[in-house]
Order: sequence, then structure tokens, then C-alpha cells
Amino acid sequence: MNGADAIIKCLEEEKVKYVFGYPGVAICPFYNSILSSDIKTVLVRTEQSAAHMASGLARTTGTVGVCAVTSGPGATNLLTGIATAFADSIPLVCITGQVNSSLLGSDVFQEADVTGAAESFVKYSYLIKNVNDIPRIMKEAFHIASTGRKGPVLIDVPIDIQNAVIKNFKYPEEVNMRTYKPTVKGNGMQLKRLVSALEKAKRPLICVGGGVALSNAESELRKFVEKSNIPVVSTMMGIGAMPTEHPLYFGMVGNNGKPYANKAIRECDTLLMVGARVADRAVNQPDFLTDHKVMIHMDVDPAEIGKNIGPTIPIVGDAKAIFEELNKEDINASEPEWLNKLYEYKKELNIKRFPDSKYVDPQEFIEYLSDKMDEDGIYVADVGQNQIWSCAYHVVKKGRFLTSGGMGTMGYSIPAALGAKLANPGKQVIAVCGDGSFQMSMCELATIKQENANVKIIVFKNGYLGMVREYQHFTYKDNYSVVELNDYPDLEALAKAYDFDYFKVTLDKELSRTDKFLASDNPGIMEVNINPMDIVKG
Amino acid sequence: MKRKVFQLIVDNTSGVLSRISGLFSRRGYNIESITAGVTADPKYTRITIVTSGDNDVLEQIEKQVAKLIDVRDIKVLEPSNSVYRELALIKVKAEANNRQGVISIADIFRANIIDVGPKTLIIELTGDQEKIDAFLKLLEGYEILELARTGIAGLGRGIENVTYLP
Repeated sequence: MNGADAIIKCLEEEKVKYVFGYPGVAICPFYNSILSSDIKTVLVRTEQSAAHMASGLARTTGTVGVCAVTSGPGATNLLTGIATAFADSIPLVCITGQVNSSLLGSDVFQEADVTGAAESFVKYSYLIKNVNDIPRIMKEAFHIASTGRKGPVLIDVPIDIQNAVIKNFKYPEEVNMRTYKPTVKGNGMQLKRLVSALEKAKRPLICVGGGVALSNAESELRKFVEKSNIPVVSTMMGIGAMPTEHPLYFGMVGNNGKPYANKAIRECDTLLMVGARVADRAVNQPDFLTDHKVMIHMDVDPAEIGKNIGPTIPIVGDAKAIFEELNKEDINASEPEWLNKLYEYKKELNIKRFPDSKYVDPQEFIEYLSDKMDEDGIYVADVGQNQIWSCAYHVVKKGRFLTSGGMGTMGYSIPAALGAKLANPGKQVIAVCGDGSFQMSMCELATIKQENANVKIIVFKNGYLGMVREYQHFTYKDNYSVVELNDYPDLEALAKAYDFDYFKVTLDKELSRTDKFLASDNPGIMEVNINPMDIVKG
Repeated sequence: MKRKVFQLIVDNTSGVLSRISGLFSRRGYNIESITAGVTADPKYTRITIVTSGDNDVLEQIEKQVAKLIDVRDIKVLEPSNSVYRELALIKVKAEANNRQGVISIADIFRANIIDVGPKTLIIELTGDQEKIDAFLKLLEGYEILELARTGIAGLGRGIENVTYLP
């Protein structure tokens, strides 16, 4: 057994089903060994997509996503994908081939110091120097990636280590890391303070972030909310933690959020933040939140608490474990007056849109799509105006809403959707992007066909990098700079080239074409012509 | 701005020092000095970092450092409850006519003369940072050719302040 065989054996022990990646000489021993395993490999078209696919798989299964690429450019291409996963705390194990360990540091062909380059956006990284360390390192890597605040772990494996003979392979049953022991259960004293603060509150509110989905705490959260009757808002990453049409859910906060959600956050007197970073897009004036409010911050990462906002009550722990604990008690924080006020706001405060009848209105389209989607379908939003509209108008029922919230990586949706589809073959998976973000990942159309995966891709076509154009509209008084895309590619011809279905809607009255697009057994591209001058700000 | 001395016990892994210094530089934290050396148990390294910032920053430093996988323990070495020492090597220009003056200042500070050349003296001085600063101030009348300071190492006082390693 050599090092590469050992790595594959470890992946099998971790019940890994898919490895996304791209071979090259430095990772060839790995790809040779994987041939004798049941683990499926997916050849991507550019390495960044491998990390996004692993992310789509990880987010929809609650397991660790795995990708494996070669040294040098393979590894550096992967970096944006790793950084994207890090920003959203997605558990990945990324394996990179490396040049012969005796040549490390001598700038040989395809050598890049990837552990150094990725240092600031991995949860941890390893450069394996001894083949006998492989079982321990693999065990630790999966443990680190999937516990506490999740995140990507990078393992750089020189080719001679992959080829070296390993004696007495034994996959450790337990991790023994002296230095890494995340807190899961909330401190009992702090939980008592939380309960009493919520009971005393006149206008309590819960704001949920991506941490809820990451700890798989959706049902515990909903139970808590329904028992206590406390209204909920969410950050972008928290979309889907509550069903969109739940009577106690009041939308996404932030500078691209619902006005009534922001009003709720301003007017509440007690705010429970759950698994949210309180970053600038969600809360642009953190100080404002702490003035005259009781602020409770629950997060599995103690360093998040107090980073952007100084809470009155800090609670370190895993959301699922904490809500399970909280659900043992009865909390009555019901304040009908406050809820009624929020219902009024929800009715009154809405972004006014001025749709142009010559085009498809993105709101109309997304609402129609949501209505026609399977209840448990997976909606993957890309980055740009399309993302903001998706956040605003997609109705999550029992499915998932995935997007690159922290890093805002364009091109995320298509590979993430493929990863999600392979992991959930029975579920409908739809990627929604703009013509800018589509072109960043359109090489993966071939991968979708290669995997025979029925991924649906919706392209909002407006011939612009719409989000930046909108920013230039407001900030630079319509001085548009480097934001105009020409009319290419011809999506119909492209769909034909890749053997995808092709549908197009140019007017609202054609929306019903979506039905056929969704029903087809073949992957498809749907082109949606929208007004190039449309704005999300209203 | 407050000054704080952190004592870290970290796993003695390759790259651990760069992980810690990288964290400080990318998050914009100050490092006034950093020293590292193996502990009584070779599995671990003890790192002493002198840093400064307001209370929020210092709290974040402690949390972010604690979050690093390699960091076993972090604590603040409070001045009232700890000892700090720094070593300084100072090469002073000193010839026959003024050599004696330098030697008497060194004597007062209990510093050692560890090298004498025709035109130079090298002085070795150990103490807390204030002592070394005070000594350098007294040498202002002389020409300091080279100065090497190690940064401080520190330990908490007494049996209560021992970090036991597993």
C-alpha cells in the first residue's frame, strides 16, 4: 500500500462518495489509486469549480465535500473556491498534489506554496512530510472541517509521499487533538439569562444566519420560534432556515434586504443573533444594534462574538444543541402588539418596482419559478442583481437556498448546483445566474453532461454586469465603466453545442414556458431577457 | 491603547510561528515583540507576544489566537503577577579614553562586558524592557554601533500560574 492508496482508504473510511477534481502529474498517484475504489470521480473543467461542487454537495448533505487537484496552477486555481467555502464556513477537505518533497522550495515546474497561499482562508492546512502520518492527518482534517465552526482544510501531498510505501495502515477511530476542542453545549447560566431576557422583552426578535443550516438546526429553531412566538428575520446566508411564508418570518435584513425586516431589527428591544457574523452587508451600523437593546449573540465560534458587535449576553455553542436545550422549557415571549406591528410593516413597506413591459420582470419570473418548483427543490443563486432578486422573491418551502454570501464569488451557482444534484439525484436543482456569472462557469456545462445530471440553469440576460452597473448608476451618475457585456454568447447555439434544452422568455406572458423547461429530463438553459437598466434598490 | 503580554503554548508543528504572525499581520494587530522557544516538553513551544490595542482589539486578539488549531493555551501575563525578561546585546564605540565610563554604567546595571575590541565593547544586559530602555538612555552620550534585543520572555509567578501540559 502506498500513500495514495492510504488517502483513498481514508476517504472510504469517511464514507466519501464523490471526489471533484482535475488531475496533473503531481496528483496522478492519487487518481491511479482511486480507480480501485467505489468513490466516484468528477472531472471538472476548471479547478475552482471543484471546490464549488464540493461545497454544493457539503451544504445539501451535511457531510464534508472533497476535491483533489494537482500542484502549481491546479492548486492556485482552487484558491478562490477554498476562500468562498471559508467565508461561508463550508466543510471541505481539499487535497493538492505537490512536487517531490526533496525539491520543495526550489521553484521547479508546477511548484506553488499552496499552504502558504491559502493560509488566511483555510481552517487548517497540512503539508504531509511522512507517509505514515497520512491516516492521522486525514482523520484530523475531516474532524476539523466538520466540527465547531466548519470550514475548508487543505492537505498538500508531495508526489513522493503518495508513492511511498506505508506500513501498518490503520485509520484512527478517534481524533486526539490536544489543541482543538470546540464548545458545543451552551453555558447553562448564559442560557438562563437568554430565557429571562426574551421573557422580559416587549419586542423580541431573532436574526438567523448561515449557522442554522450548518448545524442542521432548522427544525429545532422552528420549534423554538413556534413555541415562543418570537418573530424571525435572517441574513442572506440564513435564508431557508425558516420557510419563507412562515407567519413568524419577516424576510432578509441588510442593505439589500426587506425594508420591513430592517425596520424590525431597528425597533426590536431584544435581539437574538444566531450563527450570524453581523458583517457589513447585513448590519451596516453595528453600534446601532447595541444602543438601547439587549443583544444576545449565539455562535459556535467565540471569536465571532464581540468582533463586530458587543453583545449583552454571549452564548458560545452549537445552534442545534442549544435550541434542543431551550425547547425543553416553555418560553412565552408572545407580544401580540409587536407582531401586529410587524404584520403592518410587512404590508406597508415594500420595495416599489417599476417593471418595463417590454421585458420579463425578474420578480414575476422568480415568483413564478418558485411556485412551479418542487417543494423540496434546491435553488442555487449566483452573485449579482440576480442574487438579490433571488433572495427577495424566491419562496423557500421545504428545499434549500444556496448562494455565496460571504465571498460573493461569481460563477458559484452552476458548479454548486451540479454538486448538489449529484448528492441529491432525486431532487430538482436549479442554478439561477446572470449573463456575467454564467460566463464565469459555463465551461462546466460539459461536466453536467458528462455526469448526466439534470441541472437546470436560468440566465437572466441583460448584457451588463448589472450589480456594478447599478452601483455606477448611483455612485458615478451613470458613468458606466467596463460593465457592458456584448450579446455573446448565443445561448441557443451554446445549448445546442452542449446538448442542453433551450428555452427563452422575453415577456411576462411567456412565463409558462418554464413548466416545460422544468419538466424535461434533459438539463436545460433558460434565457430570461430582462431590462438592462433595472435596479434592485427600487 | 493598552499594552498586553500574551503567553501562548502551541503545538510544535512546522509553520506554527508563521500562522501566528500571519494572523497578526492580516488582521492588523500590532506586534511589539515576539519570542518563541521550546518548553520543558518538546511537543510544545512557548511564545510570548507583546502587543497593544484598545480593549476590543485585545479581546479579539486573544479569541482569534485561541481559535488557531495549533494553540493549546493562551493567557495574559499580568505585570502584577508575572516576570518578564529581555536580553539585549549592545555594541558601543569605546576607545581607551572613554572605555571606563561605559564600563561603570554597565556595572551599575549589572550588565556584563562580553567582548572588548580596540574600538568597541559589547555589553550583555538582561532585564525587563524598562530597565533596558533606561540603560540605553544612559548610553546616549556614547555611540551605539549595533543593538540586538530579543524581545521579552515571561512567566506567571507562583504555583497558581502554571500551565500544565497533558
